[in-house]
Order: sequence, then C-alpha cells, then structure tokens
Amino acid sequence: MAPPAHQTQRSPSPSQPSGRSEVSDLKLQLRQLAGSRAPGADDSKRELFKKVISYMTIGIDVSSVFSEMVMCSATSDIVLKKMCYLYVGNYAKNNPDLALLTINFLQRDCKDQDPMIRGLALRSLCSLRVANLVEYLVGPLGSGLKDGSAYVRMVAAVGVLKLYHISASTCIDADFPAMLKHLMLNDRDTQVVANCLSALREIWSSEASLSEEASKELDGLLSKPLIYYLLNRIREFSEWAQCLVLELVAKYVPSDSNEIFDIMNLLEDRLQHANSAVVLATIKLFMQLTLSMTDVHQQVYERIKAPLITLVSTGSPEQSYAVLSHLHLLVMRAPMLFSSDYKHFYCHYNEPSYVKKLKLEMLTAVANENNTYEIVTELCEYVANVDIPIARESIRAVGKIALQQYDVNAIVDRLLQFLEMEKDYVTAETLVLVKDLLRKYPQWSHDCIAVVGNISSKNVHEPKAKAALIWMLGEYAQDMVDAPYILESFIENWEEEDSAEVRLHLLTATMKCFFRRPPETQKALGAALAAGIADFHQDVHDRALFYYRLLQHNISTAERVVNPPKQAVSVFADTQSSEIKDRIFDEFNSLSVLYQKPSFMFTDKEHRGPFAFSDERGNLSIGVESADNVVPAQRVEANDKDLLLSTSEKEESGTTVNNGAAYSAPLYDAASAPLVALDTQPVAQALQAGLAIDDLLGLNLTTPAASAPAPPPLKLNAKAALDPGTFQQKWRQLSISMSQEFSVSPQGVAALTTPQTLLRHMQGHSIHCIASGGQAPNFKYFFFAQKAEDTSTFLVECIINTSSCKVQMKIKADDQSASQAFSDLFQFALSKFGMP
Amino acid sequence: MISQFFVLSQRGDNIVFRDYRGDVPKASTEIFFRKVKFWKEDGEEEAPPVFNVDGVNYFHVKIVGLLFVATTRTNVSPSLVLELLQRIARVVKDYLGILTEESLRKNFVLVYELLDEVIDFGYVQTTSTEVLKSYIFNEPIVVDSALLPTLGPASIFMQGTKRMPGTAVTKSVVANEPGGRKREEIFVDIIEKISVTFSASGYILTSEIDGTIQMKSYLSGNPEIKLALNEDVTIGRSGSSAYGYSGSGSGAVILDDCNFHESVHLDNFDLDRTLSLVPPDGEFPVMNYRMTQEFKPPFRINALIEEAGSLKAEVILKIRAEFPSSATANTILVQMPLPSYTSRVSFELEPGAVGQMTDFKEASKRLEWGLKKIVGGAEHTLRAKLTFSQESHGNLTKEAGPVSMNFTIPMYNASRLQVKYLQIAKKSKAYNPYRWVRYVTQANSYVARL
Repeated sequence: MAPPAHQTQRSPSPSQPSGRSEVSDLKLQLRQLAGSRAPGADDSKRELFKKVISYMTIGIDVSSVFSEMVMCSATSDIVLKKMCYLYVGNYAKNNPDLALLTINFLQRDCKDQDPMIRGLALRSLCSLRVANLVEYLVGPLGSGLKDGSAYVRMVAAVGVLKLYHISASTCIDADFPAMLKHLMLNDRDTQVVANCLSALREIWSSEASLSEEASKELDGLLSKPLIYYLLNRIREFSEWAQCLVLELVAKYVPSDSNEIFDIMNLLEDRLQHANSAVVLATIKLFMQLTLSMTDVHQQVYERIKAPLITLVSTGSPEQSYAVLSHLHLLVMRAPMLFSSDYKHFYCHYNEPSYVKKLKLEMLTAVANENNTYEIVTELCEYVANVDIPIARESIRAVGKIALQQYDVNAIVDRLLQFLEMEKDYVTAETLVLVKDLLRKYPQWSHDCIAVVGNISSKNVHEPKAKAALIWMLGEYAQDMVDAPYILESFIENWEEEDSAEVRLHLLTATMKCFFRRPPETQKALGAALAAGIADFHQDVHDRALFYYRLLQHNISTAERVVNPPKQAVSVFADTQSSEIKDRIFDEFNSLSVLYQKPSFMFTDKEHRGPFAFSDERGNLSIGVESADNVVPAQRVEANDKDLLLSTSEKEESGTTVNNGAAYSAPLYDAASAPLVALDTQPVAQALQAGLAIDDLLGLNLTTPAASAPAPPPLKLNAKAALDPGTFQQKWRQLSISMSQEFSVSPQGVAALTTPQTLLRHMQGHSIHCIASGGQAPNFKYFFFAQKAEDTSTFLVECIINTSSCKVQMKIKADDQSASQAFSDLFQFALSKFGMP
Repeated sequence: MISQFFVLSQRGDNIVFRDYRGDVPKASTEIFFRKVKFWKEDGEEEAPPVFNVDGVNYFHVKIVGLLFVATTRTNVSPSLVLELLQRIARVVKDYLGILTEESLRKNFVLVYELLDEVIDFGYVQTTSTEVLKSYIFNEPIVVDSALLPTLGPASIFMQGTKRMPGTAVTKSVVANEPGGRKREEIFVDIIEKISVTFSASGYILTSEIDGTIQMKSYLSGNPEIKLALNEDVTIGRSGSSAYGYSGSGSGAVILDDCNFHESVHLDNFDLDRTLSLVPPDGEFPVMNYRMTQEFKPPFRINALIEEAGSLKAEVILKIRAEFPSSATANTILVQMPLPSYTSRVSFELEPGAVGQMTDFKEASKRLEWGLKKIVGGAEHTLRAKLTFSQESHGNLTKEAGPVSMNFTIPMYNASRLQVKYLQIAKKSKAYNPYRWVRYVTQANSYVARL
C-alpha cells in the first residue's frame, strides 16, 4: 500500500482529526496482530508498519502506538525489524519509559547469529538517545568493537560516538576511546578505520579543553606514523573516507620539503578523481603544504586549474557552483595566474544568477592589458541582458575594470554608450561609475561631462545615481551650462526627496556651483540652505547650518573648506580586509568559501568544523621553512597574497591627501555683498582658529613627504629577527593600529626599479622586509621591526604605487602606543630612499 | 557530518525524512521550503544550493523536480554534501529503476533502508550500490515507466529510435526480471553537452564540449571490462594556450582535461588509450572530459531584427543543420527575448512546415519556436512580425536577443571521441552479453548574438 501520497498540499499537523482517527485505527490493528503466528501475519504487519512510518514521515505523531510496535517486533522478518528500529529511534528520545521496553529485544538481537542483525540492533540501541539507558549500551558496544564482522565493528565505532553524545562520562569511563584507537591502528577494514577516526576526532576535540590527556591524543592524530599509515592505505578507503583522511593530512606539518613532495606525489592522481569533494580536499592539502614555498605554490595553482574547470563544467549545477566558488576564491587571490583562462568565466545565458555573479567578479579580477578589450566587449553584451540584476552587475564590472586603469580610453566610451541606451537602471548604474571614474581620472571629465549633461534628470530615480549626478553637477559646474538650473530643479523638489544622502549632496553641490557661478546660483543656494536648515534630518540640518555660518563668516574661507582642490583618488579601499580573506583561505573546502565569510561569522564555536581545534596549529605549517633555516627571511618572496594587488574596490580609503599643487580655484572677494539672503539670527563666529584646528587634527597639508620631520627618538633593533610563520600569525592576531596614505618623492619612485632596491635601503634603517612582490606600478611589501629595548614588534604592510607616487601603509604593533613614533620613523626612512 | 536528510516534493511535502543527529529542529523542512520558495536576496531570483538560516546550513539539489536536502550545523565541505546528495539520488535510482515522486512514495521503506546504511550519525558509510546490496532486504516496487518523464541525460534514449532498448535505463539493478533471469547487458553512453556562442556576424566566440562516458552494467559476476578510445586522443593542452584554437584540422581529438571514476585503471591509457575497470553495479560516470578544441557546431543560427515602419519590426531566424543526414536532431527549441515594449507578434512559417510550433510569451516577452525534428543538412526559417506599443530607442539589437537554442542529437557526437571497442573478460565461450554503445549530443548554452 502506498503512503497517502496526494492527499493534502501541506503536511498535516498532528492535531488533524483524520490523522488521529487513523492512528487509533492502526493501534487497534497492530494489537490484533501482535501475538498472531498465523501465516501471512508478517505481510499484514509489514503493511501496517509501512503506514506508521509514512505517517511519521509526513509529521503525524504516531508515538501512541509505541507499545504495539514493540509487541509486534518479535519477528524474524528483517524488513519488519528494520522498520521497527526506525520507528523506535524516532520516538524513544521523547518517550524514555517506553524506550525501556525495546532494550530487551535489542540486547537480544545484539547477540544474534546473523552479523547483519547484530549490527542493526546495535545501531538502533545506540540511537535511542535516552540518558538513563546508557548502562545498557556499554556491554553490547564493548563486544561490538571486538566482533568478527567488520559491519558490526563499523556500527560499533559510530555507536561509541553516539554514546559519547548521550553521556560523555560513561563513554570515557568505559575506556572506549582507547579501544577505538586500537581499532583505528589495526583494523583490516578501512571503513572501520574511518569511523574510528571520525569518532575519535569528535570525542577528543571536545574533551581537549577538559583534559590534558585528550588534547595530547588529539595532537597524536596528526603524528607522522598515523598520517603515513593512513596515506599509505588511502586507495583502499571509500571516496568519502578519503576526504576525511585528506582533511586530516592538511593539518599535518611535514618536517621538511622532501616529505612535502612525497605526500604530493602520492596524492597527485587524486586530482583526477571524478568526485569534486576528493579533488577539493586534495587541493586544500596541496595549498597548505606549499604555503611557504612560493614557486611550488604557484605550480600548484597551475596544476589544479584544469581539474577545477573540468569539475565546474561537468557536474550538476549545484556541484559546479560549489567548485566554482572555490575557483573564485583562488582567482581573487591570484588573478594574474588565471588571466589567460578568462573565457571560462564567460556567463552562459541559462545559468542561475548566483553563478553569473561569481563569474562577473572573476572576469573583473583577471582583466589585464591583454584581455581587457575582449572581456569588456563580453560584459557589454550582458548589459542588454533581460536579467536586470546581472545587467547592473555587468556595468559595475566594466566600471571596476576601468578603475584598474587598463585601457581606460575605450572603456569610458563604452560606459558613455550605456548612457545612450536610455534604460533607467543602466543609466543609474553608469552614473555612479562615471562619478567614480572622474574621481580617479579627472582628465576624462571633458568627454564624460558632455554626455552626462545630456541626461534628463527626470530619468534618474535611484538615490545613488541621483547623488552621483548631483556630485558631478557641483564638481563640474563650470563645464555644464545648465548645472545651476538642474540643481535648482532638484531643490524645488526638496520635499519629495526621501534620501538624506541625496539632500546632503545637493547642499554641497549647490555650494560648489555657487563658488564657480555665483550670480546664477545665488537663488538656488538660498533656497537650498533654507530648505536644509528646515530639514528634519539631523545631518542635513547641521550641514546646512554649517554652510550658512561659513558663508557668513567669509566666502573665500568657505570655498577653501567646502571645495578645496582635490587630489585624484588613486586606490579605492578594499571591501574585505586581508585578514578575513586569509581566514577564508585557511578554511578552504568548507562553507566559508561559499558564504565568503570565515566560519566564526556564521556558526557557533562547537560547530566550527571538524578541524577547528587546530586553528593555531594550521598556521604553524607556514613556519616550516624558517624552522629549517632554509631560507633567510628577506628572501622569502611574495607568496600568492602579494599577487593580490587589486585596485578595483569600492570605498575611498581613509583620507585623501593633498599635495598642494593641484589646480587653484578662483577667489571671490569676501567683502562682496551678502550673496545669501537669509533672515536667521546672527551666528557665532567660531571658525577663526582655522590653523589651530589643522594642528589639532595633525594634518600637514602643505608639507610633502619628501621633507618629513627629523627622525623621532624611537630606537629600533638593527638585528631584529622574525620568521615568516610568526609574522603571519601576528599579522592575523593584531588589529591595525594605524593606516596611512602618503606620498613618496619622485626620486624615490625613480629608484624603485625593482622591489629589492628598497629592501636594502630600509634595512639600513633597521626595518626588515619579510615578503615583497608586485609589478610596476604597484609594489607590495611586508616589513617588520623590533624595538631596541624590548622585543615588541612592529609589522607593516606597505603598497607603493609608482605612477601616482602614493604609499599606503598599515601598521600593526605589539605596543600600539608606539605606532605613531614608528610610523614617523618609517616615513622618514622611506623619504630618504633615492636621495643621494 | 550532516544532521538530517530529507526529500521534499515540489509542493513541499516530506516524502522521506531522516534525522541522524538530532541537533537541528524538525521544523527545518518547513523553514527550508519557505526559504527556497520565496527566495529574494541581493536581487537573486533563485536560492543558491547552499544557504544558512539561524545557524543551520541547508544544502539542496533538484532532481526530477524533487528537492534532496541535507542540513548541518557544522562547517563541512559543501562539495562533499552536494556530491552525497547526488549520489543518494543515483543509488535510489539504481534500486528503483526510475526516480520519480511516485516511485519514491511507493518505495519509501526501501529508501529508509538505504539511508540507514548510507549514513550513520551523519557520517557517510558507503554509496556503492554494490556494497549496499547485501544490506538491503526490501524488494523494489516497480513503477510503470512508460508514461513518466525520467531522470538524467540517458533518458533521451527512451524517445523513439528502435535501435536502442529504452527499458534498460529504467531497469532496477537489483529487481529480478519477470522471467527470473537477468539479461546480461552493459550500456556505455557518450553524452556530450555543447556550448557555443556566435557573434552577430556568425563568428564563433567561444565553444566547449563537456562530455561524460557513462556506464550502466547489468553483468553478473563483475567481469573486467576494457574500453578503448580513439588512439589519437591526447589530453592536456599544457596550460599556456588554454583557449587557443590550434589543433584544428589535424584530426586528433585533443581534450583539455578529464577525470575518472575510482574503479578505472589507467595502466595502459598512455600506451593504447584503453581504460580497464571492473564496473560496479549501477550507473556511474567512467570518465568526464572537457574540450575547447575547435569543432564543427551542429547548427548555424542566423538571426536578424529590423525595423519595418513605425512601431513595427521584423525578425528572421534561420537555422541550418550542419551534421550528416544520417543523424536527426529532436526536441529543438529556439528562443529569443524581444524588446520589452513588444505588444503583438505574428509568425510566418515556411510553406509546408510540419511539426513546428511558435509562441510569443507575453509575460517574459519571449519568442519561442519549437521543431519536432531536423534532419542533418536541412535548413529552416521563421519570420515574425512584431508590433510595438511605443517607439523604439533606435538600436533594436540592444533591446532583443540573444537567440538561444536547445536540441538533442542522438547517435552523433561533436568531439569525435569514440569508444572503439568494448571488451568483456569472457567467462565461457557461450557468454556473450549485449553491449550497447550510444552517442548523444545536447545543447548546453547554444547562443547567437544579434
């Protein structure tokens, strides 16, 4: 008989009357059959059992027939037994008294002649999840672990783990972990070995915090003999157990590079496995093993490319998504290594948008001088896509590539063509991008402004796009004939504008426009300030009032404050910190990669994953090289992290720095008649102490970095030493104590032909390099230094862009209070670079 | 490790539900279904295969309209769980012969039996149909397959074509035939999915073949099998020229990369391109491969959209089958998104057209053209007159397209990869099982731009 297949749309709730009457009906029938030995009774039982199970599946509570089920289970029919076990396992937890009824026949079955019955009974016995029945488990489990049948031992190994979760103390007291360990090292059957390993890993990692011994045992899982024992048998394991072993080995720290190569050679063919889980586990292992061997690490990237792409294109859409997410991670880490594979990242029209999004990001990342034209052409096709979110993403992708400064010329043309498509969402996205582009490449303003000026503001609805348009109107007021009047029309609709961001932009843009074209803008500015001061939004109100006071005080001061000459933005800051990215990379082949966040952000500690316990240990493997003293710290070239010099990010980094030499704005006579006619009360004049404020903020707007202050009194240890592993660990642990951007002198840039030249120079100032990399115009360094008096360390990440003469620096320090002094010292040292 | 496994119907009913660790609430099925059904995040229309709700991670794969779902609280390998879900579906299919909602409902006790052995306390024990055989006692209840849609690419063999026994793919691996004896036979299917993108001028922008050699063995006693591929197959284009079209014309089949099933021995592969294996019971992929070498696309698509007076335009679609006339493509569907302001479309098929249908999907503004079959070498044309509700913005090609095409071509493969012979280690002189080697090509993403 079939389960009640199509009866209702949703699974009926337990209280549903039809369910209840049928259950009591079942109860009656079961009771009648319970004692029957009549021929065919088993068949009738089967049908009834099936009904019970099918109710259970759709969520009807059938726990009321528990005793009848148990009574009927005295049978030799194995199918009946299995159904009964399933039922009992489902309801025992909530009916502990009834569960006791089952103990008897389960214990008896644990001694059955048929190993199958023994195994089944033992599994069910351990699945009862009733705490006060655990005493009945110890005996059968003990004999199960010694059973002659591998099937029973397999079940028993997992049974121990089940017992541990019901009652940890019973499990430990019975000395089961030691028995599992013995089995793991000696059993012929690999599935028994695998189950022991899984069980021990879980038991010991949750015991580790309580007992020294357990944590030692846990470490023992990563001991060389065990790892080799498992590796040598790896082909005998099922593909799933192979994943388990590979995961374990990924945490193992080999003693030298020969060992690393041996392991890799042994597992090389795992990369050709059809199961993506095996391949990804192998890749993770290879990645971890070679972290400190840059060139080999890069070879690993080359080696795994093809298998990954094959898995992406041959699996089911779901599997291929999981693999693609990992490929995405690798591409984002080392885009250069994938730049010739860009065609694999083209979107198929029928792919779901979560796949397309990943691919768009990958295309953006791998764009370089050679492939930009083709990639951008492809992206432009997606802009006309019927899938609007993807069309938007594609425009953003084009913009990001433009911001990466390759072949900007052609891309700007493309973006401007988007504006001509006259689709609202295309226009909106494009405006935002054009704004970002202009901030980075002011030289393109002429072309862009001509097109932007033609856009009817009525077609722009999205706040971000409006804000972008308004910003451009203010910034390029002198080039756009209608700027004051467009702004005026925006101001007329002040009341209808919901977004405070847009209103803020409107205030600032009107101010800027006013400085350039006062007579035309005066009226609009008055209206804007009046509307702003009356605005209910705190920020808008305050800014309007602030502008008003400024103007009252002195118009040229107001201009210097509101519209100072700007330096083009060279690098937009990264949205995700490199620490987060490293954490995700460490958790390769886990959900972290799919969610693009490290596990602590989406899961609680006890579920951090099977190997979370070795967080610290995982990092140790990085230090392998230095432990051998094979490579002096300075010669450890950049690993793949340093290939990651993307400049394609969203937010502007911290502070823009003024080099004081940009264009000069026209000045207006401060005395010229009150341009703003507002009838508000006189306002306090609080802004005289402009200079004092400058000092307060520590801004040194006019001093170029080349003439930095004299070296501060911080003394550094000239012979400081730090191995890469410790560096990496510290870098992850410490938070950024200082992040700065400054300029480097042209002489310095000229001298920076190769990364190495700077290393020697900085060493002269007791600042040591631990890793460096990149190509012109972007160089990236990791430096460290130590205080002379104690061992407190400073870590520095430093990115030098030679085309913009900009340095971005992040400092992390053991002693945060000293980071300012160190920063001064560092800048001083850098400023001397290239000087005779 | 996983906490729960369940199968939901399209309507969200539990068909099978198994809790392995008891650390995820039972309401998970409803939470999951509501989330998938009403997914709307970051403008995505469709829920990704993996997502997290309140600390519970949900994995799902869609198979014949059913949702196979696993939950867990731990940070597991997503590939492992998704592979597992696929594999459970395949094992179930091996047992039931055919995987549908009905067959699952009829056999749910058997499915529970399988699930009990496949996973214990969240850890995978085995997914081998072969190994499972000795633990499974329920007999499958066979569902009549004649009228049901089926699973997987191999199902296309069921449509017509007398040369191939359609029933075999829907035969349970374990169930006995009515006659009591099982027929000794083995199926080897070479299934290729091709992706091609044509530029507006008909130039091939990208092309790729993703292929699988799939095997399903009903041989008793697990004899060893040798599978020989063309001798000129080479693997790997050694990275550098990854997507260049170099090897064309030379005749050699150059695969970019491939992977193999666990059971495959490659000892002689480098020497004579033979794969040897002892096929386990059930269906499994022997080898997956990928090829970007230039190949002749089976169809050429010409698409044109032109303004024809105010508020009017004309679309001309032309498809030409460029494969030999011995092969016939079936279930062809050509689709093309039209400008969003299209209000009416009138179609004009070529004179004497048989087995063709046309439609204008009002809601999605899409033109559809279906053809029952196309014989190799044939050419077909469709004209459509569009009426617009507003003036177009000028460039129509930016408002419409691209044209996409779906098709299946049995007994044809674009890569020219072949199974030269299939050798079965003989048990006796009389032993001569049926061997079926079948080819099929399907469109994956077959697109022409305007």
